[in-house]
Amino acid sequence: MIELNQFLILSALLFAIGVIGIFLNRKNVIIILMSIEIILLSVNLNLIAFSYFLNDLTGQIFSLFVLTVAAAEAAIGLAILVIYNRNAGSIEIEKINALKG
Amino acid sequence: MTAQLLTFYLFSGVILISSLMVISTKNPVHSVLFLILSFLNAAGLFVILHAEFLAMILIIVYVGAVAVLFLFVVMMLDFKTSINKDNILQYIPIGILIGVVFIAELIIVLINTKFDLTNIQVLPNPLSDFTGKSNTEAIGSVLYTDYILYFQLSGVILLVAMIGSIVLTLREREGVKRQVVSEQLQRQGKIDLVDVKPGKGVDI
Repeated sequence: MIELNQFLILSALLFAIGVIGIFLNRKNVIIILMSIEIILLSVNLNLIAFSYFLNDLTGQIFSLFVLTVAAAEAAIGLAILVIYNRNAGSIEIEKINALKG
Repeated sequence: MTAQLLTFYLFSGVILISSLMVISTKNPVHSVLFLILSFLNAAGLFVILHAEFLAMILIIVYVGAVAVLFLFVVMMLDFKTSINKDNILQYIPIGILIGVVFIAELIIVLINTKFDLTNIQVLPNPLSDFTGKSNTEAIGSVLYTDYILYFQLSGVILLVAMIGSIVLTLREREGVKRQVVSEQLQRQGKIDLVDVKPGKGVDI
């Protein structure tokens, strides 16, 4: 039988891969957006695993809302990316330093 | 080792490998394709967890919409100019450090904790009277009654995202000629209706 801990370890690994992807990538912002998608996927996996092992449907409902927000976030992020590329001519993260942060 | 466990290991292994490929390939198109593979395998895991509706939604929404959106953006933006020979080695130590700390913390907690789910007090279980129903039916009967407010709010979020991305990417170009119907209809004295006899030409 599969135990809950296996799902939790899997989703922890996925989450860590997403975080590492955000830190490692210095070339383009699209990979960072994909890393955020991976992180949200791991969160969904966690919610659904708990939903199954607790025999409670609330986790699946919440996962549905997380999916909705993730889709909206991807659309807006990509739109921002497109207009940034149009204005600045590049989406390299090293060159996005208009705020001198 | 049961077939269930074997399927779990298959799906989770493919998910982990393809997620690693997403963040490590040079070509963004390959990254998007590995992201799609990872989503498909996550849908398989959802099916193992008896969340069939969410598995199908994951395939439809993520693979069908979000990943294709990513592909479109990757296709539209010109990456040839933006990819240079950046030494990625410079960022590996901090990335590995943060990742290892993360994984170590989470896995230490998970291995030392045996979740005893029998005594956990959850919200009043909406699933209890859905024993004979399918997953989709159960989700529908809860989503449209108990969670109707959140359902409507997520619709509002999607509307805001739609309007926002349209407004952000809309661009008024200079010198583009468009048809303006009202101006066409208001032209006075420049339009002449001529009754043309069959077989004869018209003098203008």
